Amino acid sequence: MTEATGGQPPEAAVAAAPGREGPSAGERFINGILPENPIYRQLLGMCPTLAVTNGMQAAMTMAGGVLFVLVCANILISLIRNLLKPHLRILVFTLSIATFVTVVDRFLAAYMYEMSKQLGPYVPLIIVNCLIISRCEVCASKQSVPTAIGDAVGQSLGFALGLASIAGVREILGSGSFFGIRIMPAIWPDWVIMVLPPGAFITLGLLMGLVNWYSARSKGSRG
Amino acid sequence: MEYIGTLLLIAISAALINNFVLYYFVGICPFLGVSRKVDMAFGMGCAVTFVISIAAFLSWVFTTFVLRPGAPLSTWIWQAVSPGSQTVVDLSILNYIVYIFVIASSVQFVEMYVRKFYPALYKSFGIFLPLITTNCAILFACLEIMKHVSGVAAAEMWGLDKALTLAIFGGVGFTIAIVLMAGIREELDHCDVPESLRGAGITLIVAGILAMAFMGFTGVDRNLAALLMD
Repeated sequence: MTEATGGQPPEAAVAAAPGREGPSAGERFINGILPENPIYRQLLGMCPTLAVTNGMQAAMTMAGGVLFVLVCANILISLIRNLLKPHLRILVFTLSIATFVTVVDRFLAAYMYEMSKQLGPYVPLIIVNCLIISRCEVCASKQSVPTAIGDAVGQSLGFALGLASIAGVREILGSGSFFGIRIMPAIWPDWVIMVLPPGAFITLGLLMGLVNWYSARSKGSRG
Repeated sequence: MEYIGTLLLIAISAALINNFVLYYFVGICPFLGVSRKVDMAFGMGCAVTFVISIAAFLSWVFTTFVLRPGAPLSTWIWQAVSPGSQTVVDLSILNYIVYIFVIASSVQFVEMYVRKFYPALYKSFGIFLPLITTNCAILFACLEIMKHVSGVAAAEMWGLDKALTLAIFGGVGFTIAIVLMAGIREELDHCDVPESLRGAGITLIVAGILAMAFMGFTGVDRNLAALLMD
């Protein structure tokens, strides 16, 4: 999964080292947040990243949904990891993810109806979010339950952080507000393009350039 | 005339105005990953269009006859189990699981077919075929069709013709977007892009400009509708 989407998690090499079970739960947790951030480093889960980041509320709801699905799916896959057959692996992953996504979808429709309407098809599209399948494949299908939970929480927080950065920029520039509360002065002309589709692509592209530039600079100053 | 007009509207809207990639942001992973060479991008687009049509056909059949509230097949089985029951059978909670199963199996089927009959094509697709399973565009097409089939009044329910039009032209729109992108990226190789923007960064910015260009199609459907329905 990860090879084709451009990211190359360095942990693959660590996990393959002899005499070691792979990174521990703590390492997995820390890795997910910044060093292997799903959005900026691994380029995973791009569809919701672009589609639901026109406001902070929608973005945070999506992040919560992904957190729930990823934790549940990782626990389940980790429990049944010894029963998995290689050729049916992906199918088992997607079917168990689909079950948990149905739970999230019904929950949102019951308790947060407006938000559920706004997110629309992007909640069911969590099923095919490469991030979740890749975590099941890389971590949960190889390691024990505590490690899988640590990994899931870390990756989801990294994902939430990525979503928040994009949604923050787009909402402040595009509608002059933050979490629905107006913060820009009344003279600010809302850049409508930022909440429309092109704004999503351009914001993510520029932020990605910024992250790359910053990490290259800090690496350069250190060594 | 009105019939053809409706289909034409769905087609134009799916392929250009509400382009899957540039408006709904589905299928971004292959859009960023496989858009390096034009011929490869075209192959990917064709594969997606093919799979999307099969998956849309199957999901329409399942939704209409089994899953939607009061669907004929499930009602018939329920009546056979408990005769005279007044309950409306609603299996729509199983929608997502059935769709993903349908998509995964049709990808498997296409993969086996291509490997057997077109080995050269199979070689050039390589890893991308199984990856189509996790392509959001296909599930998205199924969901759009579900929206027009499950839980709507009988008169407004989409038939197979509209569902297939949406799916095929959604795939065509995906192909258009990914081929355009690949063409631009081939030229981009000769440009001096700032170090930190290389790769995904510049691709996303170019995609943003493409999306702006596609926004120019907004409103075409309304004018066309006025023209056709007169």
